Amino acid sequence: MEKVKKKIGSFSFWNWVTASIIFRLILIYFPKNLNLSSRPEVSTPLTSFRRLAEGYWLKQSFMSPYAGSMYHGSPLLLSLLGPLTINRIEGQPNHLLYSLVSVIADVVSAMLIRATGQNLRLAYLRSLESLDLVKQIEVSGDIAALIYLCNPFTIVACVGLSTSPIENMAVILCLYGACSRLIPLAAFGWVIATHLSLYPAILIIPVIFLLGCGPDSPPRKLFLQRHQQKEVLNQSKLPPRFSWGPVIHFAFWAFLWSVYVLVLCGISLKQFGGLWEMFKSTYGFILTVEDLSPNIGVLWYFFAEVFEFFRNFFLIVFHVNILFMILPLAIRLRHRPCYLAFVYVAICSMLKSYPSVGDSALYLGLLGWFVNELADMQFSLFLFCGYVGVSLLSPVMHNLWIWRGTGNANFYFATAMVYACLQIVLVVEGVSAMLNHDRKLRNLITGKPQDAKS
Amino acid sequence: MVLLQRPHILLLLIDTHQFLQCWIAFGSANEEGQQQEEFSEELLVKPLPDHKLLAHFHFQSSAPPSTSNGCHHHLFPKAISQLVQKFRVKEMELSFTQGRWNYESWGGFDPISSSNAKPPGVELWAVFDVPQHHIDASWKNLTHTLSGLFCASINFLESTATYSTPEWSFPPASGNVRYGTFPCEAVCTENLTPWLRLLPCRDKAGIALLLDRPSLYRGFYHSQRLHLTSTESSSEGIDSGIILEQTLTVVLQPNSERAIEVHASEKHVQPSWSLSSIFGKQVSGRCVLAKSSSVYLLLDWGLVAELKFPNKENGKSAANGLTSENFWSNPSFELSVNPDRIFLEESSSHSKSLSILYMFQVEKYSESEPFDIGLMWKVPVAWLCQQTPLHASRFFMGSGNERGAIAISLKSTQFTEGFMSANSKDGSCELRVDVFQVVPWYVKVYFHSLRVFVDQQPRAVSDFIEKIHVSPSKDKMSPGVMEVVLKLPCRVNTAALTIEFDKGFLRIDEYPPDANQGFDIPSAIISFPNFHASMVFLEDDSLNRSPLLSKFQHNQMHSVCTILWIIAQCAAKACC
Repeated sequence: MEKVKKKIGSFSFWNWVTASIIFRLILIYFPKNLNLSSRPEVSTPLTSFRRLAEGYWLKQSFMSPYAGSMYHGSPLLLSLLGPLTINRIEGQPNHLLYSLVSVIADVVSAMLIRATGQNLRLAYLRSLESLDLVKQIEVSGDIAALIYLCNPFTIVACVGLSTSPIENMAVILCLYGACSRLIPLAAFGWVIATHLSLYPAILIIPVIFLLGCGPDSPPRKLFLQRHQQKEVLNQSKLPPRFSWGPVIHFAFWAFLWSVYVLVLCGISLKQFGGLWEMFKSTYGFILTVEDLSPNIGVLWYFFAEVFEFFRNFFLIVFHVNILFMILPLAIRLRHRPCYLAFVYVAICSMLKSYPSVGDSALYLGLLGWFVNELADMQFSLFLFCGYVGVSLLSPVMHNLWIWRGTGNANFYFATAMVYACLQIVLVVEGVSAMLNHDRKLRNLITGKPQDAKS
Repeated sequence: MVLLQRPHILLLLIDTHQFLQCWIAFGSANEEGQQQEEFSEELLVKPLPDHKLLAHFHFQSSAPPSTSNGCHHHLFPKAISQLVQKFRVKEMELSFTQGRWNYESWGGFDPISSSNAKPPGVELWAVFDVPQHHIDASWKNLTHTLSGLFCASINFLESTATYSTPEWSFPPASGNVRYGTFPCEAVCTENLTPWLRLLPCRDKAGIALLLDRPSLYRGFYHSQRLHLTSTESSSEGIDSGIILEQTLTVVLQPNSERAIEVHASEKHVQPSWSLSSIFGKQVSGRCVLAKSSSVYLLLDWGLVAELKFPNKENGKSAANGLTSENFWSNPSFELSVNPDRIFLEESSSHSKSLSILYMFQVEKYSESEPFDIGLMWKVPVAWLCQQTPLHASRFFMGSGNERGAIAISLKSTQFTEGFMSANSKDGSCELRVDVFQVVPWYVKVYFHSLRVFVDQQPRAVSDFIEKIHVSPSKDKMSPGVMEVVLKLPCRVNTAALTIEFDKGFLRIDEYPPDANQGFDIPSAIISFPNFHASMVFLEDDSLNRSPLLSKFQHNQMHSVCTILWIIAQCAAKACC
């Protein structure tokens, strides 16, 4: 019976995957294209396809791709994706090849999410078994992969030709590698993700936890309590202690990959400004928020208005904001490194300088891993409606302001602010739901009444 | 979907051929000229086909090398010579312009229009004779000095975001040139007064007496230009000191009440005018410090072809009888003063007719007998001015405040066909067009989106663009520069270049005052380097030299297109 159910489940999973791919292809073939590539929600100065094409054109004309302030991406992307910006097939839509690369990246990411989800589920089942709490767990990998593939945000980012599918793939590759203990792969993903968009650098903390103590499990304290109750201390059933071996291994590989990436970048920028110019116009551009064109974040509005005198101060404040949250969350969620990674990704996409819907697509996909743990999350309907509402209102407000001239910046900024608030609620509620879930497990073990909500 | 958002403008200015043969003999007269400062004043008047009148004032001062007589100057403005010495300016041109040159009716293929039709606002370019790394500092100081000298906001050109370094398409091709424009500068009498102060007689005597402010600023086009060339510091050995050329070009509407009364029904009747009716003043003798002081009246060959000169059919024989009365008393018009000399164009590429130049010496007149020429039309006459090979216009496409495209469109004019056939003897006739466009940094141009349309068909960029040089804009740092050399087939009807851009968002304190008026994009300069028709006037008196006419000999040819671009970038305007 269960086998049949599983078969049906897996069948419909592949159906959904095919459907989402076909839907993407239809959108790519949509007559006269949808102009998604110039939407501020999709293409930020960092992920814009047109800027990539401009950088490639400059490079082809023997100029530094960073001459002018158009391109702010990686030189490796230029070499890999640049030729696709001008190659076209007769009779096919422009940029078909580039779109296909995005679709492939999305599918690969979804498959990696699925595999990681299955890993997590197995590990979690094992640890629940060792706590004697056998529970039916949903196949979170499939759900997460489907959320990622069918999320309108992912579809828009993919069809809008932004580079975020590739950045997301690098992040997922890193987490997948860490969960499956493929250390070189994890290091590669981490280095590439950091190279492409800087913010995934903080994922090094969850990755270290993943490698050091294995994937998500209930707090280690519970195991000890459980064994004290049973008065049998079975070391084999305890989750492993933190081991430094894989971490050092990871550090070594990360170093190796970074050197490799830097050497490649150095070669491709040899006749131009070199690496210093690259750092200045990629990381420097991210950190100094030079481009004030409106996006779905909140920083553009703030920095368009702040006095020049205070600009540096607030730049530090906003970026340190991310760093401040790293440590407390790492301590509180150290037993759930994948969840910690999700929270970090969500915080980054909320506070980064040039956010796009591609970033939301990533953390919403990762959220699918934790459907079992977060089943009791509050405000989930409110959040869902909020996301739907914002994604419908934001283009309307942008149109009113920029195209019709009947609105003003505040119209659009209001939706950006609501969006930021929704993400804050999501993170806060998500973290507290996860902590409640841990408490619930503890209560199950210690036998206290379930409703004791401290 | 392409929307034409704003009406714009097309101006086109072309370079000229040599207009008049220069009378300067670089012989004994030049040696004498090295020793003393000279000043000459001239005025050229030319009727325009659309019932308007072009007046072109030309004042030239020259100073010998400073080594010959120290820092003292008798006629030459000291402020200018100090400026040249301090910033080591090799060549410089500053123009203040109001209004747009109407290339269709006022012509674009003669020396006056090609060197004096300037982009609206302030345009400044300078060539420095200093090491590369000092040029920017010199430019900054120069802009501030000129700003003080001419009471204008030229000092805004000091910021690196406003000036550019043309590589090769700008006329004085050299790495030391800096080019900046300030299109929204309002030009008025406060800029003219300091300009006049550089003249030895100011506007108190001589031809400058005609510069009556209300009449000048009532005109349709007004461009005051200051051009200086210095060989002070050149290492080439030829040291001719500083030559300062000040020109003022105005297009005015003659007061034609009488003409309207007489021929109210007649559309083509040209208004009769006199200097006193246009400017409200008369010339009471020359400026005593001037070496030469003369007024010219130029009749275009197009106009001459329409007029019935008695022996028009035989131009050459007419030239022999230059002083004969039949050139200035004519059934079609009448001059109030007898010209002192008449020059006939020696040869002309179009060979339909020959232009005529009347010369009047102001020296003969005095306060008791002021100089005033008038032209009285007897019969209606209509003619066309000589046009540029291609008519250029630039416009802005798209709507909304997010993105758009700039299009530069070139349309062939009928006048060029004659030239084309003349130039295409070898069969492979190509028309070379240089386009120079500067865009401010907040117009974020995507150079990869450059498209070429020839005869309204999209064509491969590499087929028509021979050379391209771009320097992309850096946010708040430098403007974007695009220099393109187009090779078009002569038979081309229309050609267009389009390039897409995004509109950048400005910080609240980066908006110019009155931002709702829009942002001006500096003019595109379109030049036709291969066009060299010549217009040589018969002249046997080599001692008589006119700086005005000789100056037009080696003019650079450009076309200027300007758009006033309305963009209400309202980011971050709210809630403050």
